[in-house]
Amino acid sequence: MSTPTPVQTKAAKLDVERLRQDFPILRQEIAGKPLAYLDNAASVQKPEAVIQAVERCYREYYANIHRGVHALSQRSTEAYEAARAKVADFLGAEQPAENVFVRGTTEAINLVAQSFVRPRLKPGDEILITGMEHHSNIVPWQLLRDETGAQLNVVPLQADGTVRLEDFEARLNERTRFVSVVHVSNALGTVNPVKEMIRLAHERGVPVLVDGAQAVPHMGVDVRDLDADFYCFSGHKLYGPTGIGVLYGRMEHLKGMRPYQGGGDMIRYVTFEKTDFAEVPQKFEAGTPNIVGTIGLGAAIDYLQQVGLDAIAAHEADLLDYATRQLSALEGVRIYGTAPEKAAVVSFTMDQAHPHDIGTILDMNGVAIRAGHHCAQPVMDFYGVAATARASFGLYNTHAEVDALVAALDKVRELFG
Amino acid sequence: MSDLRELYQEVILDHNKRPRNYRVAEPHTHHADGYNPLCGDKVTIYADVEDGVVKDLSFQGDGCAISTASASILTEAIKGKTVEEAQALFEQFHDLVTLDDVEPSPELGKLAVLAGVKDYPNRVKCATLAWHTLHAALEERESVSTE
Repeated sequence: MSTPTPVQTKAAKLDVERLRQDFPILRQEIAGKPLAYLDNAASVQKPEAVIQAVERCYREYYANIHRGVHALSQRSTEAYEAARAKVADFLGAEQPAENVFVRGTTEAINLVAQSFVRPRLKPGDEILITGMEHHSNIVPWQLLRDETGAQLNVVPLQADGTVRLEDFEARLNERTRFVSVVHVSNALGTVNPVKEMIRLAHERGVPVLVDGAQAVPHMGVDVRDLDADFYCFSGHKLYGPTGIGVLYGRMEHLKGMRPYQGGGDMIRYVTFEKTDFAEVPQKFEAGTPNIVGTIGLGAAIDYLQQVGLDAIAAHEADLLDYATRQLSALEGVRIYGTAPEKAAVVSFTMDQAHPHDIGTILDMNGVAIRAGHHCAQPVMDFYGVAATARASFGLYNTHAEVDALVAALDKVRELFG
Repeated sequence: MSDLRELYQEVILDHNKRPRNYRVAEPHTHHADGYNPLCGDKVTIYADVEDGVVKDLSFQGDGCAISTASASILTEAIKGKTVEEAQALFEQFHDLVTLDDVEPSPELGKLAVLAGVKDYPNRVKCATLAWHTLHAALEERESVSTE
């Protein structure tokens, strides 16, 4: 067949079998069964394009950035800053400099907590979060609370795993200094109405951070359309390397913020008496950054834009629908998180078996899922469970892998029933 | 299913479904809480020790089949033994589920069914949680975490 490949429109159906060829790790068996990798909310596998971009940097042009006069340093610096421009384009940021490279979402939230929010807090002030936050969007605020005497206010969860906008609005008050909300819940898949939340907060002059770690791999995000003050995500959940993430911040905010860490690369001039800090974003990138990870992240963004985020979203919505129907039909299975707007995450328990046993038995059948509290223990407490099993999907997953999951769950029932 | 059955032996499935000594031992002289932060498994061990002998032993908790069965079998195995015998059995059991090529000693008895977890390193803590908790209880520490 030598017919030319038709030009894909953005919402065209994904050719998943062809895309799977881009992911070398998927070509293996676990326990003698084809690997079905359904743990994408924890971390996502890497396409050849990312692996090669990382390898090419080390093999061909790696050097430290922003300071060398030699050719390799120049090339590395260009590739590093090109990745920043790709991130800006990916998020719809006004300028590349608004995107600070960090280790991941966790570091981004801690950076904002310490450098932006902390100087604004007095005892009695409030930070508003929701009941579905990951520990990384709870603990930094508790640390700040304990240091400043501020309070943490939490919008309660509903049974379907959503929060109500009216509950959110009711908790915004004259003491609220900052809102930090997750865009997509890692434990439940719930998509929060962050654009509306930001509008409501801004009506009261309250800035908002959005934790986009689970959102960016699954949907197009436009930080200016959302009007987010801060938006952050991790590279490893976006088909990129580990140890690299992004904090987007509006330039006006970033300019006014104190540095998060001191060191090299973030200064303009240092004497023992005084230091002039570098401009944004270097002010927040102390020390030699994750150069190769950043370049790999740039390659991941290129890859996703080629595949098409709309097509990925449509494919994952189809997988979610199929998996939800198949799992709901199983006796003794209970699904947690049934929001109308939901990403491709299915958290569940079985009457017959503990999630940890489910995870082990699935692993023996080649199916990789997560079992545990998903770093969201308050969500587990809300549902009165210690843990759930969680299947989460990415662009390379198939109906056949959902079928493998269901067949393995049948074996769990057989054993424990 | 052969691998599956090797890990989830009938004895384990049975003790998971019908845990023995699942209660608060009354009276008890020692107790401790055990917690595995990785998976959220919790177990509380209650021991009644008189003259260096574990007269009664019980547990309560919430965990996977491996941790529940391990706790249940432990209570049966240790009841009536001296504290020294209990500690020695703990060491033997620990070796059985962590070291290669360890033949279960006759004293381990039914505990030998848990040997299969050795092949699943992330499940070893499930099997040893109750033991660490018993150890803490006998040493009069109130809580233990597997981390």
